[in-house]
Amino acid sequence: MTDAASPAGPARVCERSEDAGVHGLTRRHHLRWWEALPWLIAIAYYFAFPDYLSFGADLLVSILFALSLDLALGYAGIVTLGHAAFFGTGAYTVGMLAYYGVWNEPITSLALGALAAAAVGLLSGIVLLRTAGLTLLMLTLCTMALLEQAANMAHAVTGGFDGLPSLTIGPVFGLFAFNPLYYDTQYLYSLGVLFLCFVFMRTLVYSPFGESLTGIRENVLRMHAVGAPVRRRLIVCYCISAALAGIAGGLWAQTNAYVNLSALGLDRAATVLIILILGGYGRLYGAFVGAAVYLALEHFLAQLYPTAWQLGLGLLLVAVALFARNGMLGLGDMLRRRLKLRQAKP
Amino acid sequence: MTSAADIANMVLGGLSAGTVLFIVSVGLSVTMGLMGFVNLAHGSFAMFGGYVIVLAMNRAHVDLPAALALGFVATAALSVIFERSLYRRLYRAGELDQVLFTIGLIFIFIATTILVVGPEGQTLQLPAALNGQLNLGFVQYRTYSVFLIAVGAVIVLGIWLVFERTRIGAQIRATVDNRRMAESLGINVDRLFTITFAFGSGMAALGGGLGAEFLGLDPQYALKYLVYFLIVVSVGGLGSVLGVYLASLILGVLNFVLTFYLPKGGTIFIYALTILILLVRPQGLLGRKEP
Repeated sequence: MTDAASPAGPARVCERSEDAGVHGLTRRHHLRWWEALPWLIAIAYYFAFPDYLSFGADLLVSILFALSLDLALGYAGIVTLGHAAFFGTGAYTVGMLAYYGVWNEPITSLALGALAAAAVGLLSGIVLLRTAGLTLLMLTLCTMALLEQAANMAHAVTGGFDGLPSLTIGPVFGLFAFNPLYYDTQYLYSLGVLFLCFVFMRTLVYSPFGESLTGIRENVLRMHAVGAPVRRRLIVCYCISAALAGIAGGLWAQTNAYVNLSALGLDRAATVLIILILGGYGRLYGAFVGAAVYLALEHFLAQLYPTAWQLGLGLLLVAVALFARNGMLGLGDMLRRRLKLRQAKP
Repeated sequence: MTSAADIANMVLGGLSAGTVLFIVSVGLSVTMGLMGFVNLAHGSFAMFGGYVIVLAMNRAHVDLPAALALGFVATAALSVIFERSLYRRLYRAGELDQVLFTIGLIFIFIATTILVVGPEGQTLQLPAALNGQLNLGFVQYRTYSVFLIAVGAVIVLGIWLVFERTRIGAQIRATVDNRRMAESLGINVDRLFTITFAFGSGMAALGGGLGAEFLGLDPQYALKYLVYFLIVVSVGGLGSVLGVYLASLILGVLNFVLTFYLPKGGTIFIYALTILILLVRPQGLLGRKEP
């Protein structure tokens, strides 16, 4: 019985996986049931933890920021250490407009923040994306440091190190006011913005444009050979990624009602990188898992045991880099594949 | 009007700071040039060595040369353990995994230092011979700074001689230029890398100890000066010892000049200059162009 089945066994598995390959390509963008989960959880969180909504809003902002980095780093393979430059640009645009009473309607402010960040992304992208590897890493890092120093130097306008406190943000749709003590508006507003940005990004990465970004990441030479405008694609991708990061930064300024230099620092850039890689990059939901796990651990451990938290985080990062190259979701994939193989064997 | 003493302060102070920067970064440059490994944790080895040197002097009352030797050996040994057990697994991995791994190492070093030694800064007690002023003929300046500059010059000369005149130096140069070719000629790149990694970490330890007097030495050291180490390595050119020396001295003097004339936010020019240089010469000042 087993002797007769074994030659057919592997062949059938092969056939099935080939089948899945074709379907995988044509149906990759179809919605699956579990894609509703993050949003259901987010809504449930609103009702379950009304006292932790400020943490929730922070989490949503972090997810959006990590998603924006994922587009540049995960999909297009642009290794950057300076993504906080765009987060900070968005935050300072929104913050300064509100602080000086120029404009405080939240949604259009976010759009302006996105525009400003996109402009910085476009300019720096045109200049920087010629390079690769360590040089690119250094250039993105220095661009961010440059902006941080500029914001520090222009303290007459930006408030310098102390930043701009107590911003007044207008009500959402003219109806729902931001309450600094109770974060319900901030949370739902952030959730709405994140959802829209996510839908946009999901559409983008499954579009031909998104596929060509993956192609560039996997094999630049081949993409040049098939005639894809590699540099232009990278610049456009960097620019969109910057705009999304700018929205995240603007959202951060609005929900917290302040801006300071921490929006532009290496700390923020490193944290979002860690969040994304922990969760898994080059996939849509890595940012969600990474941000939730990182922020929850940080929130509960860092205040109580700061040194132990740093040590634990260090060990975790080393372990992820050595054993789980594709982050936690990648680890999940691997376990599922092993389970399937085991099921297919007998 | 800038007086002669101010100019001496800017030039000599800058050169001595640059020298320390060079001693710390030279190993990073060579190991990155050899393997293309983005080792952000290099500053952690400098910190570890600095702690060994300073604590040996302050607590065990060892004299400076012996403490430096101890720091060099201890850090080189530690780095070999790390390289053989952890780093080597990631040579073929992407930059991203290397960045993540070495950031993790930085956190581990910082937290361990806080747990073992404490969060406070350590100060280096200089021996009396180095603590005074030295008359250079045209100006008086701190003996220690002049000593550092001289040490740096000797080190550059030594490393340059090793690179240009010895077999292992030739092997390193060949591997930096073209690793595959070097490997197929029978150069044991793995062993070469372990040796340079150990030596580079040992040098970083010396830099950590010698620079503790004015850079300070506290658990955040590994992160605080990281950007400067990376700037001199990338501006100087990967694998180029003279390039790193040049970039370090320029950065050191520039930093002193900017602090003198623009006490607030002068560093912005350092970043701008770095960006400019890297855009014109992505391979660094004295780096070789990628084939």
